[in-house]
Amino acid sequence: MEVSRAAVVLSLAALAGLAAYPLVASDFGIDLATKILIYAILALSLELLVGQTGLVCFGQAAFFGIAAYATVRFSPEYDAAAIWWLLPAAVATSAAFALVVGALSLRTRGVYFIMVTLAFSQMAYYVIHDTPIGGGTDGIYLNVPPSVAIGPVSLVDLSDPSQFYYVALAAMTGCFVLLAVVLRSRFGRALAGIRVNEQRMRAAGFPTYPYQLAAFVISGAIAGIAGFLFATKDGFVNPELLSWHLSGAALVMIILGGLGHLRGAVIGAFALSLLEELFQSREFVGGFADHWHLGLGASIIACVALLPRGLIGLPRLLRARLVGARHAGAP
Amino acid sequence: MNATGEVLLAGIGIRRVWGGLVALDDVSIEVRRGEVHALIGTNGAGKSTLVNILAGEIPPSAGTVELLGHDVSAWSQPRRARAGLARSYQRTTIFPEFSVLENCRLCAQAKHPRPWAVWSAAARCETTLAAARRAAARVGLEDQLDRPAGLLSHGGRRQLELGMCLATDPQVLLLDEPLAGMGAEETDRMLALIDELRPGHGILLVEHDMDAVFRIADRITVMVNGQVIASDLPERIRENREVQTAYLGERA
Repeated sequence: MEVSRAAVVLSLAALAGLAAYPLVASDFGIDLATKILIYAILALSLELLVGQTGLVCFGQAAFFGIAAYATVRFSPEYDAAAIWWLLPAAVATSAAFALVVGALSLRTRGVYFIMVTLAFSQMAYYVIHDTPIGGGTDGIYLNVPPSVAIGPVSLVDLSDPSQFYYVALAAMTGCFVLLAVVLRSRFGRALAGIRVNEQRMRAAGFPTYPYQLAAFVISGAIAGIAGFLFATKDGFVNPELLSWHLSGAALVMIILGGLGHLRGAVIGAFALSLLEELFQSREFVGGFADHWHLGLGASIIACVALLPRGLIGLPRLLRARLVGARHAGAP
Repeated sequence: MNATGEVLLAGIGIRRVWGGLVALDDVSIEVRRGEVHALIGTNGAGKSTLVNILAGEIPPSAGTVELLGHDVSAWSQPRRARAGLARSYQRTTIFPEFSVLENCRLCAQAKHPRPWAVWSAAARCETTLAAARRAAARVGLEDQLDRPAGLLSHGGRRQLELGMCLATDPQVLLLDEPLAGMGAEETDRMLALIDELRPGHGILLVEHDMDAVFRIADRITVMVNGQVIASDLPERIRENREVQTAYLGERA
């Protein structure tokens, strides 16, 4: 994947902006931005499958939600769990679930694959929803957030919103860099080949199934990091974290941002969440906020119709328009 | 002519049934090192089905496939490919958005996969890059390494597809109509290339262009309705009455 210098500069500028954001933001703003960063991690995990490997997974929320529930369930009731084991445990749980889902669903292709991944996530949803493990519709609470400490020295206080924001930002950046490194490796190139033409890759000598399964497990693990952060942030989980609505929202994020680019996943997470906030806010849209789904839906349709490459293709589109207009205007 | 090279690939008693239709009935074929073995036949004779079975893309209903002396009937296609069996497709099958070099490099990577080495960039992997450059040079694309493969001419794409096969360092090449849609000049170049590859490889060539087949083949197998009706040296095939009536009818 070719990455231009301008894209790197813009990404670093965006990162600097995000790092400076808590200095100027309200409590509400920090809370919203933290939530968006967590969604960005979820979107990145899905981008690995859909945009890079060509596997359209419609059950990403299950990995997210399972890790969130694991975070709460594994935590002691009245003590802080150390993040050093709680995070790996939560991530391992969602990765293990991804291994099972991937191992079975990868035997199907195309629309069937989409349906099977959806079926597995719905299964997980109802297990959490209807059994004592999940505490039913009301969900369960995490009484004490995990500690981030070396020995007696506490490094980060996760109950402090702006400290948590930086943890989320670091996690999102870390996942982004990790995926970028993986995608330029031989493993990543093989995934790209599988996306374009799986049959050709098999003819060349690649056993495609283990490659796809590995991508699935990595994706599940990264979605698990997002789930861990989500559970820790609010101290509360409910079955809606595993719902197909969230799986769908993650798909909309990566499509809106631009498939095939890691940056697209992050941009899409911000765009969708901010659009949602916009259409829900009475200050901006007045009484129309009661029908916010309508506004959100219409704007998504407009984006997809006007920007076939997603928001990431917007500069190129504008440049083409401008250059085209100048050429047309030339004598 | 050298018909004494060892048998690299053999299909023995291959049968394939689609529902009630017998697509291949007791077909046997051998590909020897140093030999271009042409497979000809009318449309629907079962040539592509046979190639797909030899490559491991679809399983036969009965019969065995041997590669380099091993019974590989139960081997998956990727495993056969890594053991030295490369194929090209009737419809050009390349990665259009990747560069010519990356198309070849990716195929070379199949032999040096190291998927766990996620920290090292593929674009700096000297082993696979060297193999890719060699393969691209061999098919005459050394000047177009950085070009997106989708921008090559039709002939260029066919050359690239052969280059991608060579990048996997194969012993046997299954070429499914490599001359399809090519002009006279491109055909000559491709035939010269196949001729160059002949000494080190066993080549099975499925082709409709009869002039080309008789120019290059060491041995010709003729299929009609899922059966082999003749397998012999080109001059004998030309004289074969059964082949003439069944296939070359109007030419004879």
